Amino acid sequence: MEGTQRRRRRWHIAVFLAPAMLVYTAIMILPLFGTLQLSLFTADGQSRVFAGLDNFRRLFLDPRWSASFWNALGNNFWFFIIHMLVQNPIGIGLAALLSSPKLRFSAFYRTAIFIPTILSFVIVGFTWKLILSPLWGVAPNLLDLVGLKSLFTPWLGKEQYALTTLGLISVWQFVGIPMMLIYAALLSIPDEVIEAAECDGITGMSQFWKIKLPLILPSIGIISVLTFVGNFNAFDLIYSAQGALAGPNYSTDILGTFLYRTFFGFQLQTGDPYMGSTIASMMFFIILAGVCLYLFAIQTRLRRYQF
Amino acid sequence: MKTQALTALLMASSILGSAGMAFAEDATLTIESWRNDDLAIWQEKLIPAFEAKNPGIKVVFAPSAPTEYNAALNAKLDAGSAGDLITCRPFDASLELYNKGQLADLTSLAGMENFSDVAKSAWTTDDGKATFCVPMASVIHGFIYNKDAFEQLGITPPATEDEFFAMLDKIKEDGTYIPMAMGTKDLWEAATMGYQNIGPNYWHGEEGRNALIKGEQKLTDPQWVEPFATLAKWKDYLGDGFEAQSYPDSQNLFTLGRAAIYPAGSWEISVFNTQAQFKMGAFPPPVKAAGDTCYISDHNDIGIGLNAKSKNAEAAKTFLTWVASPEFATIYANALPGFFSLNSAPVKMEDPLAQEFVSWRDKCKSTIRSTYQILSRGTPNLENETWVKSANVINGTETPEAAAAELQKGLESWYKPAK
Repeated sequence: MEGTQRRRRRWHIAVFLAPAMLVYTAIMILPLFGTLQLSLFTADGQSRVFAGLDNFRRLFLDPRWSASFWNALGNNFWFFIIHMLVQNPIGIGLAALLSSPKLRFSAFYRTAIFIPTILSFVIVGFTWKLILSPLWGVAPNLLDLVGLKSLFTPWLGKEQYALTTLGLISVWQFVGIPMMLIYAALLSIPDEVIEAAECDGITGMSQFWKIKLPLILPSIGIISVLTFVGNFNAFDLIYSAQGALAGPNYSTDILGTFLYRTFFGFQLQTGDPYMGSTIASMMFFIILAGVCLYLFAIQTRLRRYQF
Repeated sequence: MKTQALTALLMASSILGSAGMAFAEDATLTIESWRNDDLAIWQEKLIPAFEAKNPGIKVVFAPSAPTEYNAALNAKLDAGSAGDLITCRPFDASLELYNKGQLADLTSLAGMENFSDVAKSAWTTDDGKATFCVPMASVIHGFIYNKDAFEQLGITPPATEDEFFAMLDKIKEDGTYIPMAMGTKDLWEAATMGYQNIGPNYWHGEEGRNALIKGEQKLTDPQWVEPFATLAKWKDYLGDGFEAQSYPDSQNLFTLGRAAIYPAGSWEISVFNTQAQFKMGAFPPPVKAAGDTCYISDHNDIGIGLNAKSKNAEAAKTFLTWVASPEFATIYANALPGFFSLNSAPVKMEDPLAQEFVSWRDKCKSTIRSTYQILSRGTPNLENETWVKSANVINGTETPEAAAAELQKGLESWYKPAK
């Protein structure tokens, strides 16, 4: 009797979990396993045959496939490094400035800096293409005004600059996210801790470095993981600014555009869902490895403070 | 009683009447197409012209969005719900439909004799035995120029390559105009308006293209490398920052009158006619030495075929025979200047620029883009690679020889020419 009652009490947990579980399973977990499964097959005429790890062997050992893959992966790492070195420090700095009680119009700045994040990639890509256009862009004119016209080059059209330029555009768009998260973390530091620090004579910059930064380290960790996952899944900005061939000369090709071209095909190239799935599986494994590294190697070592 | 009888009579007549109508309305043909831009032309000009001559056959033009067409068509064909007439993409997309038995063989269709082998090549099996779509239109490459600018600078369209570069130098020296409006940002401009535009003069059109397919020539042979070398020289005559100049940028640069020459495809004609405020002329890709045979890229772009499962096959064939007629060619080519009829019968066109383009067919030999037939079936895809390499060569980041060597290596990795 007691057993059935306990079971009945537990039913509602399943009922409440079910919708989310079902939706998540249907649109995330099943396609994920579908992709992993598809990567083990290959086309033989019109039918599908099991190929084992052949696709992965091709991706890594065939000189052309592996060259494209390593190029995309390398570009992806550079894209990620730009975000880690530029976006996150700027985000933290902005959050520190915003949380300063002396700052006026902080709500305005907060909103203004966050707005690009909610814009569509297509708008961002198109707008920046126009701004940087050598023909009618404002960038060459603005540089001309301050006498630095010679510094202008068609950044998006040069192999050596294009990816960095796109990385910085992406930083411009997403700097609001680390700013908001760090801002929230800074606000949650209790006043007593700050007051105690002031009593000990720690103020200004040293207060930020010695008191606040250690307290927001877990948030910075989360932001790094979010940046990592976001960057290795990135696709939209490159596609909308440079097209599916990620020119010039594949210099802006990242895993997302490489996957898109392979899976869906492009122009005369017909799509290859099997090799496409292989690339998608590799993206999944890379992200999985990165997240695991963070969860097990870094997060467990972060010191947490109880207030 | 009387009214009842009357009602019965009326009802009977209405049923009989409609039955009779259904009998007379024997065939309605539906056309699948991606050319939704052409809807008005079909509804107002082409279909009425056909229906006036063929009472009893009705035609409905049912286009879908260009980017969705291939996928939507495949799904409809698989489900058996596709229209009777299928607008054909050139080369492999349509060939695949034919091989799957979804497009009917039209080799013996009346009217097919109006087309040359080159015109049919985009919709013919590799062995050349069966043709499955009626060729409708092609696009021709060349250079469109600003006539006012040419008059102002006192220059005339060049015939040879030396004259071409001498002219570019002159325009550059004068400084009023950017010599040529082209960018490499979108990659395909470099390949399509660049390499495939000037290339046929070097590889002698069909001769070189067929030799490449047969494996008798390689992309590293001089006739395939030289066009790259010429492209590399274009760099100095393009606008500032051409590396980041996109296709619409190039179009605007020319139609705003800031550039003198536009390496073009004839599809630009109707756009330029509405946008440019100056007179325009066109010249074919210059030859190497005066008196050389000239070759032009006259690329098959659009055809129309018969759904193998169509219930109105006979009516559809009547329609296709009409599409193969000079009458259709005249209406179509005039409604869409820049999309040229592939019909062997001469077509009279009103648009002077379109006339200029099509006149090259008489003095030059036609070919299609070298990468489209057969050679772009594998990975790496030769057409897509040619985009990237052409842009690299113009940007100056890769030498013509290195680009050609890479292309040949990529092609060899999967393509084994039939011996």
